[in-house]
Amino acid sequence: MSSTPPPPHRIVLAKLGLDGHDRGIKVVARMLRDAGMEVIYLGLRQTTDSIVAAVEQEDADAIGLSMHNAGHLTLGPAMLAALEEAGIEVPLIIGGIVPDDDRPILDAAGVAAVLGPGSSAEEVVATVRAAIDAA
Amino acid sequence: MSLRHLSIDELVDRALGGDRRAVGRLLSIVERGGAEAEQVETRTHAHGTDAHVIGITGAPGAGKSTMVARLVAAFTAASRGPAVVAVDPSSPLTGGAILGDRVRMAEVDTSAFIRSVATRGHSGGLALSVPGSARVLAAAGFDPVIIETVGVGQVEVDVTAAADTTVVVVTPGMGDAVQANKAGLLEVADIFVVNKADLPGASDARRDLELMLELSHVTGQEDASRRPPIVMVDSLAGEGIDAVRGAIDEHHDHLVTTDRLVERRRRRARYEMRSRAALAFERHLDDQLHTSEVAAMVEDVLAGSETPSSAARRLWQPDAS
Ligand SMILES: Nc1nc2c(ncn2[C@@H]2O[C@H](COP(=O)(O)OP(=O)(O)OP(=O)(O)O)[C@@H](O)[C@H]2O)c(=O)[nH]1
Ligand SMILES: [Mg+2]
Repeated sequence: MSSTPPPPHRIVLAKLGLDGHDRGIKVVARMLRDAGMEVIYLGLRQTTDSIVAAVEQEDADAIGLSMHNAGHLTLGPAMLAALEEAGIEVPLIIGGIVPDDDRPILDAAGVAAVLGPGSSAEEVVATVRAAIDAA
Repeated sequence: MSLRHLSIDELVDRALGGDRRAVGRLLSIVERGGAEAEQVETRTHAHGTDAHVIGITGAPGAGKSTMVARLVAAFTAASRGPAVVAVDPSSPLTGGAILGDRVRMAEVDTSAFIRSVATRGHSGGLALSVPGSARVLAAAGFDPVIIETVGVGQVEVDVTAAADTTVVVVTPGMGDAVQANKAGLLEVADIFVVNKADLPGASDARRDLELMLELSHVTGQEDASRRPPIVMVDSLAGEGIDAVRGAIDEHHDHLVTTDRLVERRRRRARYEMRSRAALAFERHLDDQLHTSEVAAMVEDVLAGSETPSSAARRLWQPDAS
Protein backbone atom coordinates (compact mmCIF):
# COMPACT_ATOMS: atom_id res chain seq x y z
CA MET A 1 0.00 0.00 0.00
CA SER A 2 1.49 3.36 -1.00
CA SER A 3 1.93 5.81 1.86
CA THR A 4 -0.25 8.88 1.94
CA PRO A 5 1.37 12.32 1.87
CA PRO A 6 0.89 14.52 4.93
CA PRO A 7 -2.35 16.49 4.63
CA PRO A 8 -2.29 20.30 4.57
CA HIS A 9 -2.25 22.13 7.89
CA ARG A 10 -5.70 23.33 8.89
CA ILE A 11 -6.13 26.61 10.74
CA VAL A 12 -9.27 28.24 12.11
CA LEU A 13 -9.25 32.02 11.62
CA ALA A 14 -11.72 34.27 13.41
CA LYS A 15 -12.34 37.63 14.95
CA LEU A 16 -13.26 37.51 18.58
CA GLY A 17 -15.28 40.28 20.11
CA LEU A 18 -17.21 43.16 18.71
CA ASP A 19 -15.10 45.13 16.30
CA GLY A 20 -15.98 44.86 12.68
CA HIS A 21 -12.90 45.07 10.47
CA ASP A 22 -12.10 41.99 8.47
CA ARG A 23 -9.60 43.29 5.94
CA GLY A 24 -6.51 42.23 7.85
CA ILE A 25 -7.75 38.75 8.64
CA LYS A 26 -8.79 38.16 5.05
CA VAL A 27 -5.30 39.14 3.87
CA VAL A 28 -3.85 36.68 6.36
CA ALA A 29 -6.27 33.98 5.14
CA ARG A 30 -4.98 34.40 1.60
CA MET A 31 -1.35 34.33 2.73
CA LEU A 32 -1.92 31.01 4.48
CA ARG A 33 -3.90 29.56 1.57
CA ASP A 34 -1.13 30.56 -0.81
CA ALA A 35 1.29 28.69 1.45
CA GLY A 36 -0.80 25.54 0.95
CA MET A 37 -2.84 25.58 4.15
CA GLU A 38 -6.55 25.00 4.57
CA VAL A 39 -8.03 28.05 6.24
CA ILE A 40 -11.38 27.62 7.95
CA TYR A 41 -12.65 31.16 8.08
CA LEU A 42 -15.29 31.85 10.71
CA GLY A 43 -15.75 35.58 10.17
CA LEU A 44 -16.55 38.37 12.58
CA ARG A 45 -17.98 38.53 16.09
CA GLN A 46 -17.18 35.03 17.20
CA THR A 47 -17.39 33.90 20.80
CA THR A 48 -14.98 31.61 22.63
CA ASP A 49 -17.68 28.92 22.51
CA SER A 50 -18.19 29.14 18.76
CA ILE A 51 -14.43 28.96 18.21
CA VAL A 52 -14.05 25.93 20.49
CA ALA A 53 -16.86 24.18 18.61
CA ALA A 54 -15.29 24.96 15.25
CA VAL A 55 -11.85 23.76 16.32
CA GLU A 56 -13.34 20.46 17.52
CA GLN A 57 -15.43 19.90 14.42
CA GLU A 58 -12.73 20.96 11.99
CA ASP A 59 -9.88 19.16 13.81
CA ALA A 60 -7.78 22.28 13.35
CA ASP A 61 -4.02 22.33 13.92
CA ALA A 62 -3.96 25.99 14.96
CA ILE A 63 -6.17 28.97 15.77
CA GLY A 64 -5.54 32.47 14.52
CA LEU A 65 -7.47 35.23 16.27
CA SER A 66 -7.47 38.77 15.07
CA MET A 67 -8.33 41.62 17.39
CA HIS A 68 -8.03 45.30 16.79
CA ASN A 69 -9.87 46.70 19.76
CA ALA A 70 -7.09 46.25 22.31
CA GLY A 71 -9.00 43.36 23.81
CA HIS A 72 -6.08 40.97 23.62
CA LEU A 73 -5.32 41.07 27.33
CA THR A 74 -8.80 39.87 28.25
CA LEU A 75 -9.89 37.99 25.13
CA GLY A 76 -6.61 36.12 24.59
CA PRO A 77 -6.57 34.54 28.06
CA ALA A 78 -10.36 33.95 27.88
CA MET A 79 -9.84 31.98 24.68
CA LEU A 80 -7.04 29.96 26.24
CA ALA A 81 -9.19 29.19 29.27
CA ALA A 82 -12.05 28.02 27.04
CA LEU A 83 -9.70 25.77 25.08
CA GLU A 84 -8.23 24.31 28.22
CA GLU A 85 -11.67 23.64 29.63
CA ALA A 86 -12.57 21.78 26.43
CA GLY A 87 -9.32 19.83 26.65
CA ILE A 88 -8.01 21.20 23.37
CA GLU A 89 -4.27 21.58 22.93
CA VAL A 90 -3.99 23.67 19.80
CA PRO A 91 -1.63 26.65 19.45
CA LEU A 92 -3.27 30.08 19.59
CA ILE A 93 -1.79 32.86 17.47
CA ILE A 94 -2.98 36.41 18.01
CA GLY A 95 -2.90 39.03 15.28
CA GLY A 96 -3.39 42.71 15.80
CA ILE A 97 -1.88 45.69 17.54
CA VAL A 98 -0.28 44.39 20.71
CA PRO A 99 2.00 46.81 22.60
CA ASP A 100 5.47 45.39 23.35
CA ASP A 101 4.76 45.59 27.06
CA ASP A 102 1.83 43.22 26.71
CA ARG A 103 3.67 40.49 24.84
CA PRO A 104 5.30 38.89 27.89
CA ILE A 105 1.87 38.74 29.52
CA LEU A 106 0.42 36.90 26.54
CA ASP A 107 3.47 34.62 26.33
CA ALA A 108 3.08 33.76 29.98
CA ALA A 109 -0.62 33.09 29.48
CA GLY A 110 0.25 30.54 26.80
CA VAL A 111 -0.33 32.37 23.52
CA ALA A 112 1.91 30.67 20.98
CA ALA A 113 2.75 33.76 18.94
CA VAL A 114 1.75 37.34 18.22
CA LEU A 115 1.71 38.83 14.72
CA GLY A 116 1.70 42.61 14.34
CA PRO A 117 -0.26 44.48 11.66
CA GLY A 118 2.56 44.89 9.11
CA SER A 119 3.70 41.24 9.12
CA SER A 120 4.85 39.94 5.76
CA ALA A 121 3.47 36.77 4.22
CA GLU A 122 6.75 35.02 5.01
CA GLU A 123 6.52 36.00 8.67
CA VAL A 124 2.89 34.97 8.94
CA VAL A 125 3.46 31.59 7.34
CA ALA A 126 6.68 30.88 9.24
CA THR A 127 5.06 31.83 12.55
CA VAL A 128 2.05 29.59 11.99
CA ARG A 129 4.19 26.66 10.86
CA ALA A 130 6.53 27.05 13.83
CA ALA A 131 3.59 27.16 16.25
CA ILE A 132 2.09 24.00 14.75
CA ASP A 133 5.41 22.17 14.71
CA ALA A 134 6.09 23.10 18.33
CA ALA A 135 2.70 21.85 19.50
CA MET B 1 -6.70 15.49 27.09
CA SER B 2 -4.97 14.97 23.80
CA LEU B 3 -6.38 12.48 21.33
CA ARG B 4 -3.07 11.94 19.61
CA HIS B 5 -2.05 8.73 21.30
CA LEU B 6 -5.41 7.02 20.76
CA SER B 7 -5.76 4.11 18.37
CA ILE B 8 -8.32 4.15 15.59
CA ASP B 9 -10.46 1.74 17.57
CA GLU B 10 -10.40 3.98 20.62
CA LEU B 11 -11.25 7.00 18.51
CA VAL B 12 -14.20 5.18 16.94
CA ASP B 13 -15.42 4.04 20.36
CA ARG B 14 -15.34 7.63 21.56
CA ALA B 15 -16.99 8.95 18.41
CA LEU B 16 -19.82 6.42 18.69
CA GLY B 17 -20.17 7.55 22.32
CA GLY B 18 -20.67 11.15 21.23
CA ASP B 19 -17.15 12.59 21.63
CA ARG B 20 -17.12 15.35 19.01
CA ARG B 21 -13.39 15.85 19.02
CA ALA B 22 -12.98 12.17 18.19
CA VAL B 23 -15.46 12.62 15.33
CA GLY B 24 -13.42 15.56 14.07
CA ARG B 25 -10.23 13.53 14.18
CA LEU B 26 -11.81 10.55 12.40
CA LEU B 27 -12.98 12.84 9.60
CA SER B 28 -9.37 13.99 9.10
CA ILE B 29 -8.25 10.38 8.86
CA VAL B 30 -10.95 9.57 6.32
CA GLU B 31 -10.08 12.64 4.23
CA ARG B 32 -6.46 11.62 4.20
CA GLY B 33 -7.26 8.17 2.86
CA GLY B 34 -5.01 5.10 3.03
CA ALA B 35 -4.83 2.22 5.48
CA GLU B 36 -6.06 4.13 8.53
CA ALA B 37 -9.06 5.44 6.61
CA GLU B 38 -9.89 1.86 5.72
CA GLN B 39 -9.73 0.90 9.39
CA VAL B 40 -12.22 3.65 10.16
CA GLU B 41 -14.40 2.41 7.32
CA THR B 42 -14.34 -1.13 8.70
CA ARG B 43 -15.63 0.13 12.02
CA THR B 44 -18.23 2.61 10.77
CA HIS B 45 -19.77 1.33 7.56
CA ALA B 46 -22.37 -0.85 9.22
CA HIS B 47 -23.50 1.93 11.58
CA GLY B 48 -25.87 4.80 10.95
CA THR B 49 -27.33 3.38 7.78
CA ASP B 50 -30.66 4.97 8.67
CA ALA B 51 -29.30 8.50 8.40
CA HIS B 52 -30.76 10.51 5.57
CA VAL B 53 -27.97 11.86 3.34
CA ILE B 54 -28.99 15.10 1.63
CA GLY B 55 -26.92 16.70 -1.15
CA ILE B 56 -27.23 20.45 -1.74
CA THR B 57 -25.67 21.80 -4.90
CA GLY B 58 -25.79 24.85 -7.13
CA ALA B 59 -23.67 27.59 -8.66
CA PRO B 60 -21.09 29.49 -6.58
CA GLY B 61 -22.83 32.12 -4.46
CA ALA B 62 -26.34 30.74 -5.01
CA GLY B 63 -26.90 30.93 -1.26
CA LYS B 64 -26.37 27.24 -0.45
CA SER B 65 -24.63 27.80 2.87
CA THR B 66 -27.14 30.43 3.97
CA MET B 67 -29.96 28.01 3.18
CA VAL B 68 -28.18 25.08 4.82
CA ALA B 69 -27.83 27.13 8.01
CA ARG B 70 -31.59 27.69 7.99
CA LEU B 71 -32.27 24.05 7.26
CA VAL B 72 -30.01 22.95 10.08
CA ALA B 73 -31.97 25.20 12.44
CA ALA B 74 -35.24 23.70 11.17
CA PHE B 75 -34.00 20.14 11.67
CA THR B 76 -32.63 20.98 15.09
CA ALA B 77 -35.98 22.51 16.08
CA ALA B 78 -37.60 19.22 15.02
CA SER B 79 -35.28 17.34 17.40
CA ARG B 80 -33.16 15.90 14.63
CA GLY B 81 -29.37 16.05 14.97
CA PRO B 82 -28.05 17.40 11.69
CA ALA B 83 -24.45 17.46 10.47
CA VAL B 84 -23.02 19.30 7.48
CA VAL B 85 -20.11 18.51 5.18
CA ALA B 86 -19.34 21.69 3.21
CA VAL B 87 -17.01 21.14 0.26
CA ASP B 88 -14.99 23.98 -1.30
CA PRO B 89 -12.31 23.83 -3.98
CA SER B 90 -8.58 23.72 -3.17
CA SER B 91 -6.34 26.05 -5.11
CA PRO B 92 -4.85 24.00 -7.94
CA LEU B 93 -1.64 26.03 -7.68
CA THR B 94 -0.83 25.80 -3.99
CA GLY B 95 -3.10 23.07 -2.68
CA GLY B 96 -4.36 25.51 -0.05
CA ALA B 97 -7.96 26.59 0.41
CA ILE B 98 -10.09 29.20 2.10
CA LEU B 99 -13.11 27.37 3.46
CA GLY B 100 -15.68 30.07 4.13
CA ASP B 101 -19.00 28.28 4.37
CA ARG B 102 -19.07 28.58 8.17
CA VAL B 103 -19.34 32.35 7.90
CA ARG B 104 -22.91 31.88 6.68
CA MET B 105 -23.59 29.28 9.35
CA ALA B 106 -22.51 31.40 12.30
CA GLU B 107 -25.99 31.40 13.83
CA VAL B 108 -26.26 27.63 13.78
CA ASP B 109 -26.51 25.96 17.17
CA THR B 110 -23.22 24.40 18.24
CA SER B 111 -25.03 21.08 18.68
CA ALA B 112 -24.96 20.71 14.89
CA PHE B 113 -21.70 19.36 13.51
CA ILE B 114 -20.22 21.31 10.60
CA ARG B 115 -17.16 20.15 8.73
CA SER B 116 -15.43 22.15 6.01
CA VAL B 117 -13.75 20.02 3.37
CA ALA B 118 -11.32 21.02 0.62
CA THR B 119 -11.28 19.10 -2.64
CA ARG B 120 -7.48 18.64 -2.32
CA GLY B 121 -6.92 18.28 -6.01
CA HIS B 122 -7.81 14.65 -6.55
CA SER B 123 -11.32 14.48 -7.74
CA GLY B 124 -11.33 10.71 -7.29
CA GLY B 125 -10.33 11.18 -3.68
CA LEU B 126 -13.20 13.56 -3.03
CA ALA B 127 -15.71 11.10 -4.38
CA LEU B 128 -14.31 8.61 -1.90
CA SER B 129 -13.79 10.72 1.17
CA VAL B 130 -17.18 12.45 1.17
CA PRO B 131 -19.25 9.24 1.46
CA GLY B 132 -16.75 8.03 4.06
CA SER B 133 -17.14 11.24 6.03
CA ALA B 134 -20.92 10.98 5.81
CA ARG B 135 -20.68 7.46 7.24
CA VAL B 136 -18.57 8.60 10.18
CA LEU B 137 -21.11 11.32 10.97
CA ALA B 138 -24.03 8.93 10.60
CA ALA B 139 -22.29 6.36 12.81
CA ALA B 140 -21.81 9.07 15.43
CA GLY B 141 -25.58 9.51 15.43
CA PHE B 142 -26.03 12.56 13.22
CA ASP B 143 -29.12 12.54 11.02
CA PRO B 144 -29.60 14.04 8.51
CA VAL B 145 -26.14 14.45 7.01
CA ILE B 146 -26.17 17.41 4.62
CA ILE B 147 -23.48 17.68 1.94
CA GLU B 148 -22.94 21.08 0.32
CA THR B 149 -20.99 21.10 -2.95
CA VAL B 150 -20.56 23.69 -5.67
CA GLY B 151 -22.25 22.33 -8.75
CA VAL B 152 -19.60 23.06 -11.34
CA GLY B 153 -17.85 19.88 -12.40
CA GLN B 154 -18.77 16.29 -12.98
CA VAL B 155 -17.22 15.18 -9.71
CA GLU B 156 -19.26 17.62 -7.66
CA VAL B 157 -22.37 16.42 -9.41
CA ASP B 158 -21.34 12.82 -8.79
CA VAL B 159 -20.72 13.45 -5.12
CA THR B 160 -24.15 14.93 -4.76
CA ALA B 161 -25.67 12.11 -6.74
CA ALA B 162 -24.27 9.83 -4.05
CA ALA B 163 -26.86 11.30 -1.64
CA ASP B 164 -30.33 9.89 -0.95
CA THR B 165 -31.93 13.22 -1.78
CA THR B 166 -30.41 15.90 -3.99
CA VAL B 167 -31.50 19.54 -3.79
CA VAL B 168 -30.42 21.79 -6.67
CA VAL B 169 -30.33 25.51 -5.83
CA VAL B 170 -30.76 28.13 -8.56
CA THR B 171 -31.18 31.91 -8.32
CA PRO B 172 -33.09 34.52 -10.33
CA GLY B 173 -31.64 36.51 -13.17
CA MET B 174 -28.51 34.61 -14.02
CA GLY B 175 -29.86 32.00 -16.37
CA ASP B 176 -29.09 29.60 -13.55
CA ALA B 177 -31.64 27.07 -14.67
CA VAL B 178 -30.05 26.92 -18.10
CA GLN B 179 -26.59 26.61 -16.58
CA ALA B 180 -27.78 23.89 -14.24
CA ASN B 181 -29.15 22.06 -17.23
CA LYS B 182 -25.80 22.25 -19.01
CA ALA B 183 -23.94 21.10 -15.93
CA GLY B 184 -26.09 18.00 -15.77
CA LEU B 185 -27.64 19.10 -12.48
CA LEU B 186 -31.26 18.83 -13.57
CA GLU B 187 -31.05 15.10 -14.07
CA VAL B 188 -29.90 14.53 -10.51
CA ALA B 189 -32.35 16.90 -8.83
CA ASP B 190 -35.01 15.48 -6.54
CA ILE B 191 -35.99 18.96 -5.37
CA PHE B 192 -35.39 22.40 -6.88
CA VAL B 193 -34.97 25.53 -4.81
CA VAL B 194 -35.22 28.97 -6.34
CA ASN B 195 -33.24 30.81 -3.69
CA LYS B 196 -33.08 34.61 -3.40
CA ALA B 197 -36.76 34.60 -4.27
CA ASP B 198 -36.82 38.09 -2.78
CA LEU B 199 -34.94 39.32 -5.86
CA PRO B 200 -36.53 40.32 -9.19
CA GLY B 201 -36.85 37.53 -11.73
CA ALA B 202 -37.69 34.76 -9.26
CA SER B 203 -40.86 33.77 -11.05
CA ASP B 204 -38.99 33.73 -14.38
CA ALA B 205 -36.46 31.36 -12.85
CA ARG B 206 -39.32 29.15 -11.74
CA ARG B 207 -40.85 29.19 -15.19
CA ASP B 208 -37.48 28.34 -16.80
CA LEU B 209 -37.23 25.31 -14.54
CA GLU B 210 -40.78 24.24 -15.29
CA LEU B 211 -40.10 24.51 -19.00
CA MET B 212 -37.03 22.40 -18.74
CA LEU B 213 -38.84 19.84 -16.67
CA GLU B 214 -41.46 19.66 -19.41
CA LEU B 215 -38.82 18.41 -21.80
CA SER B 216 -39.08 14.70 -21.70
CA HIS B 217 -35.35 14.12 -21.67
CA VAL B 218 -35.20 15.84 -18.33
CA THR B 219 -38.19 14.45 -16.54
CA GLY B 220 -38.11 10.87 -15.53
CA GLN B 221 -34.38 10.35 -15.97
CA GLU B 222 -33.79 9.20 -12.47
CA ASP B 223 -37.19 8.50 -11.04
CA ALA B 224 -40.11 8.60 -13.45
CA SER B 225 -42.67 8.18 -10.69
CA ARG B 226 -42.22 11.64 -9.34
CA ARG B 227 -41.79 15.14 -10.61
CA PRO B 228 -39.29 17.25 -8.62
CA PRO B 229 -41.06 20.04 -6.74
CA ILE B 230 -39.84 23.64 -7.08
CA VAL B 231 -39.64 25.56 -3.81
CA MET B 232 -39.28 29.34 -3.64
CA VAL B 233 -36.95 30.41 -0.81
CA ASP B 234 -35.63 33.59 0.72
CA SER B 235 -32.82 32.27 2.88
CA LEU B 236 -32.01 35.66 4.35
CA ALA B 237 -35.53 36.00 5.76
CA GLY B 238 -35.94 32.26 6.30
CA GLU B 239 -39.02 32.15 4.09
CA GLY B 240 -39.76 28.86 2.39
CA ILE B 241 -37.35 26.91 4.58
CA ASP B 242 -40.12 24.83 6.15
CA ALA B 243 -41.33 23.99 2.65
CA VAL B 244 -37.83 22.80 1.70
CA ARG B 245 -37.68 20.68 4.82
CA GLY B 246 -41.12 19.33 4.02
CA ALA B 247 -40.06 18.46 0.46
CA ILE B 248 -36.94 16.73 1.77
CA ASP B 249 -38.95 14.65 4.23
CA GLU B 250 -41.54 13.91 1.58
CA HIS B 251 -38.85 12.67 -0.78
CA HIS B 252 -37.42 10.45 1.91
CA ASP B 253 -40.88 8.97 2.55
CA HIS B 254 -41.27 8.44 -1.17
CA LEU B 255 -37.95 6.59 -1.34
CA VAL B 256 -38.87 4.40 1.59
CA THR B 257 -42.44 3.56 0.54
CA THR B 258 -41.46 2.75 -3.05
CA ASP B 259 -38.34 0.74 -2.16
CA ARG B 260 -36.28 3.24 -4.05
CA LEU B 261 -34.12 3.97 -1.03
CA VAL B 262 -32.53 0.55 -1.33
CA GLU B 263 -32.04 1.15 -5.04
CA ARG B 264 -30.29 4.47 -4.31
CA ARG B 265 -28.08 2.84 -1.73
CA ARG B 266 -27.21 0.17 -4.25
CA ARG B 267 -26.28 2.86 -6.72
CA ARG B 268 -24.22 4.62 -4.06
CA ALA B 269 -22.35 1.41 -3.24
CA ARG B 270 -21.72 0.69 -6.90
CA TYR B 271 -20.46 4.19 -7.49
CA GLU B 272 -18.19 4.13 -4.49
CA MET B 273 -16.75 0.73 -5.39
CA ARG B 274 -16.12 1.98 -8.88
CA SER B 275 -14.43 5.17 -7.68
CA ARG B 276 -12.25 3.25 -5.26
CA ALA B 277 -11.25 0.68 -7.86
CA ALA B 278 -10.59 3.39 -10.43
CA LEU B 279 -8.32 5.27 -8.04
CA ALA B 280 -6.41 2.11 -7.10
CA PHE B 281 -6.04 1.22 -10.75
CA GLU B 282 -4.81 4.69 -11.63
CA ARG B 283 -2.16 4.47 -8.94
CA HIS B 284 -1.19 1.01 -10.16
CA LEU B 285 -0.86 2.37 -13.70
CA ASP B 286 1.27 5.27 -12.53
CA ASP B 287 3.63 2.81 -10.82
CA GLN B 288 3.73 0.63 -13.95
CA LEU B 289 4.78 3.53 -16.12
CA HIS B 290 8.17 3.55 -14.43
CA THR B 291 9.02 -0.12 -14.92
CA SER B 292 11.51 -1.38 -17.52
CA GLU B 293 8.79 -3.46 -19.22
CA VAL B 294 6.78 -0.37 -19.93
CA ALA B 295 9.89 1.51 -21.03
CA ALA B 296 10.43 -1.25 -23.61
CA MET B 297 6.81 -0.95 -24.74
CA VAL B 298 7.24 2.79 -25.15
CA GLU B 299 10.22 2.11 -27.47
CA ASP B 300 8.12 -0.36 -29.46
CA VAL B 301 5.41 2.26 -29.89
CA LEU B 302 7.97 4.85 -30.97
CA ALA B 303 9.58 2.42 -33.41
CA GLY B 304 6.19 1.61 -34.90
CA SER B 305 6.31 -2.07 -34.03
CA GLU B 306 3.37 -1.79 -31.64
CA THR B 307 0.31 0.43 -31.69
CA PRO B 308 -0.47 2.62 -28.68
CA SER B 309 -3.79 0.79 -28.30
CA SER B 310 -2.23 -2.61 -28.06
CA ALA B 311 0.44 -1.33 -25.67
CA ALA B 312 -2.29 0.17 -23.52
CA ARG B 313 -4.12 -3.15 -23.51
CA ARG B 314 -1.00 -4.87 -22.25
CA LEU B 315 -0.85 -2.35 -19.40
CA TRP B 316 -4.08 -3.55 -17.94
CA GLN B 317 -4.09 -7.08 -19.34
CA PRO B 318 -0.47 -8.20 -18.91
CA ASP B 319 -1.16 -11.51 -20.72
CA ALA B 320 -2.64 -9.89 -23.82
CA SER B 321 -0.36 -9.81 -26.80
N1 LIG C 1 -31.15 38.47 -1.45
C1 LIG C 1 -30.77 37.29 -1.00
N2 LIG C 1 -29.46 37.02 -0.79
C2 LIG C 1 -29.11 35.80 -0.34
C3 LIG C 1 -30.07 34.80 -0.09
N3 LIG C 1 -29.42 33.69 0.33
C4 LIG C 1 -28.10 33.99 0.35
N4 LIG C 1 -27.91 35.28 -0.05
C5 LIG C 1 -26.62 35.99 -0.17
O1 LIG C 1 -25.87 35.40 -1.21
C6 LIG C 1 -24.48 35.45 -0.91
C7 LIG C 1 -23.87 34.06 -1.04
O2 LIG C 1 -24.42 33.24 -0.03
P1 LIG C 1 -23.76 31.84 0.37
O3 LIG C 1 -24.70 31.18 1.30
O4 LIG C 1 -22.36 32.03 0.81
O5 LIG C 1 -23.76 31.11 -1.03
P2 LIG C 1 -23.11 29.68 -1.41
O6 LIG C 1 -23.92 29.12 -2.50
O7 LIG C 1 -22.95 28.84 -0.20
O8 LIG C 1 -21.70 30.14 -1.92
P3 LIG C 1 -20.40 29.22 -2.22
O9 LIG C 1 -20.29 28.20 -1.12
O10 LIG C 1 -19.28 30.19 -2.22
O11 LIG C 1 -20.64 28.60 -3.55
C8 LIG C 1 -24.36 36.04 0.47
O12 LIG C 1 -24.08 37.40 0.36
C9 LIG C 1 -25.73 35.82 1.06
O13 LIG C 1 -26.08 36.75 2.04
C10 LIG C 1 -31.45 35.10 -0.31
O14 LIG C 1 -32.36 34.29 -0.15
N5 LIG C 1 -31.74 36.36 -0.78
MG1 LIG D 1 -21.22 27.89 0.56
